[in-house]
Amino acid sequence: MEKFERLDGLVVPLDRANVDTDAIIPKQFLKSVQRSGFGPNLFDEWRYLDHGEPGMDPASRRPNPDFVLNQPRYQGASILLARDNFGCGSSREHAVWALLDYGIRVVIAPSFADIFYSNCFKNGVLPITLDAATVDRLFRSVEAQPGYRLIVDLVRQRITLPDGEEIAFEIDAFRRDCLLAGLDEIGLTLQHADEIRAYEERRRREAPWLFVDL
Amino acid sequence: MSGRTLYDKLWAEHEVRRNDDGTSLIYIDRHLVHEVTSPQAFEGLRLAGRRPWRSGAVLAVPDHNVPTTARGAGIADPVSRLQVETLDRNCAEFGITEFTMDDPRQGIVHVIGPEEGATLPGMTVVCGDSHTSTHGALGALAFGIGTSEVEHVLATQCLVLQKSRNMRVTVDGTLAEGVSAKDLVLAIIGAIGTAGGTGHAIEFAGEAVRALSIEGRMTVCNMAIEAGARAGMVAVDEKTIEYLRGRPYAPKGELWEQAVASWRSLHSDADAVFDREICLDAGRIAPQVTWGTSPEMVTDIEGRVPRPAEEADPVRRRDLERALEYMGLKGGEAIADIRPDKVFIGSCTNARIEDLRAAAAVVRGYRLADNISLAMVVPGSGLVKRQAEAEGLDRIFREAGFEWREPGCSMCLAMNADRLAPGERCASTSNRNFEGRQGKGGRTHLVSPAMAAAAAVAGRFVDVRHWDYR
Ligand code: SF4
Repeated sequence: MEKFERLDGLVVPLDRANVDTDAIIPKQFLKSVQRSGFGPNLFDEWRYLDHGEPGMDPASRRPNPDFVLNQPRYQGASILLARDNFGCGSSREHAVWALLDYGIRVVIAPSFADIFYSNCFKNGVLPITLDAATVDRLFRSVEAQPGYRLIVDLVRQRITLPDGEEIAFEIDAFRRDCLLAGLDEIGLTLQHADEIRAYEERRRREAPWLFVDL
Repeated sequence: MSGRTLYDKLWAEHEVRRNDDGTSLIYIDRHLVHEVTSPQAFEGLRLAGRRPWRSGAVLAVPDHNVPTTARGAGIADPVSRLQVETLDRNCAEFGITEFTMDDPRQGIVHVIGPEEGATLPGMTVVCGDSHTSTHGALGALAFGIGTSEVEHVLATQCLVLQKSRNMRVTVDGTLAEGVSAKDLVLAIIGAIGTAGGTGHAIEFAGEAVRALSIEGRMTVCNMAIEAGARAGMVAVDEKTIEYLRGRPYAPKGELWEQAVASWRSLHSDADAVFDREICLDAGRIAPQVTWGTSPEMVTDIEGRVPRPAEEADPVRRRDLERALEYMGLKGGEAIADIRPDKVFIGSCTNARIEDLRAAAAVVRGYRLADNISLAMVVPGSGLVKRQAEAEGLDRIFREAGFEWREPGCSMCLAMNADRLAPGERCASTSNRNFEGRQGKGGRTHLVSPAMAAAAAVAGRFVDVRHWDYR
C-alpha cells in the first residue's frame, strides 16, 4: 500500500449528499478481476452522456460537460470534497480503487458510510470527517476560487487553507500509523498468529460445532 | 455492572486480542465468498505467497453475474464469464467448498448460507458484500467487508475492528394482515434515515420482530445496512432453533444439543443498556413504497410524493428535486397513481420461499396488467426454486404472465443481462433504489413481494391489505 504523509492538492467539489458506491463505480465495471484501471470509469454515469461498458476506450466517449470532474478548472484534482454519508451502499472496494486510480488521495466530508471509510485506509486513501459547517465553508471557497488547493498533513492532523488557516482533524491512531507507514495489515495480524491459534484451541473445546469444516 | 447486549456477547466471544489503540482482533467463524469481490483478494494472497488460514470455514458461490435464463449455454458475456471462472479456479486451488453455477444448491450467497445451515447462531459471519447483515437474523454477528478484508480473513481468519455502538430498534404491536417484514424495515429506515444506524450494530427486538418468521427476520436484517448499520441482528429463540434443525451443515447429534444449549444465551440481558433506542408501533405501519433514489425516501401506499417546495433545508430540497427528476415524479403525486413498467421479485431481501408464496397468493387467478412489459420471479436459490415448483408456485406465476427464472442476484443490481432501460419504472422487492442500480436511468420502487405482485396485476401500486385473493 502506498504511504500517505502529506499532500498539497487541488480540490474538486462534489455537491451531493448520500453519494453511493454504485454512483462512484457502476456495477458493470465490477467484473474486472484486477485492482487497477477503474479511474476512467469513476462516476461513470454522471461523467459521460453515453452508457459505459468495460473495455470501452474513454477517448471515444461523450463526456458530460456539466459534471464537475469534467470542468477544466478541476483537472488534476487529488482532493475530493463531498457531502454527508459519502460512500454509502455496497461494500465494493472498487469504489476506492476507482478514486485512487483517478488520482484522489483525500476525501473530505461531514460523514462517511462505515465500510467505505474503512476501505479507504486499506488503499492509502485518507477520508477526513469535518463538521458540516466547515465543509460547507470549504464548498463555498472552492467554488469561488479557481485553483483552490489544500495541504493535508497526516502527521500533524491538520489541513492548511490557502490563507494559512489550519483545521485540525481526528483520526484513529492505528489507522493513521498504518497509513503513514504504508503497512500491510495482514502482516501485522500474522504477528499474532500464536494468539489466534490459542484462541482457536480454546474455542474448539467450548464450541466444537464452529470448527466442523464445510 | 449492567448487563450485556447480544452484540456485546458476540463481540466478546470472538475477541482474540485487544490492541493498544482500542481496536480488537476479531475471529471470523464463517466466510462467504462470491465472484465479484474476491478475485483481487485471492490474487493478493498468491502474490504474498500466503495460503488460507482455514479453508474449511469458507463457502463460495457465484451469484451476481450468473445468467437467469438458458444457463446450460454458459455465460455469454466474456467479462462475466471470466469472473465466474476465476472464482472456480481460486476455490479449486485453495481447497474451498464452492456451489458452482450448475450445482442445484447454487443461489444468492445470503440465501444459501442460512438455508444450508452454514451460518449459525453465535457465529461471526463475513462476506465481501454489504448485505451480509442478513445472517444476523439467526443471532449471529454478520457484516459486509471490502476486498482487502476478504484477503485479510482468508489469510488470518481474523479482522482488526473497532467495536460499534449498540442500538436497539424495538417494534411493539402487531403488523396488520398484508403488511410484511419488508414494510417493517422500510418503515424503520424511513423513520431513522439511511445514516441512522451508522457506527452502530442494530438489534431488532419487540413483539412484532419476535412474531416474524426467521425468513422475515432475514429481510429486516438484510436492510440494516440501508439504515447505515453494518450489522443487524435478532436474538435467538425457539424459531431460530427450529429453523436450523436438520439443515445440511447444521451440527448433528450430540453436537447439536451442545450448540442449542449455548445458543439459548444469545440474547441481550434484561438490564443491558443501549447507546441508542428507537421504538416503533407495528400497528401503525401500512405497506411501504419508496418514491426516490434512497431507501429513506419512502412512504406508505396511502401517501404522496413529497413536495420539494415544502422542504426548508436547502441541501435536502435540492436532493429531493434531483430525486424526483430522476424518478420522473411530481411532488404531491399519489403513490397509488404510480404505474410501473416492470416487476422484479427476487434478491437476497425477498427471494426466499415465503416471499414467493406471498407473491403467488396475490397473483393466483390473475393476469399481468397491460402496461407491465416484463414481470419476473428470480428465486433466491436452486433449492427455493425446487421447493416453489413442488408447491406449484411457478405455474401460478407463469399462468399470470410472469417469467420464472434461474436463481441469482439478477435485476437487483443488473450485472447480468437483466436490467431496466432508461426511464423504465420497476416495482422491485430488492433493497436499493439508487440511481442506475437496476440499469442506467432505471427507476426503482422498493416494495414487499405481495405489493410487487399486486402492482403487476393492477398495473399500479395498490394496497394489498384490501386485495381480493382468488
Ligand atoms: S441480491 Fe442484490 S443485494 Fe443481494 S447480494 Fe445480490 S446484488 Fe447484493
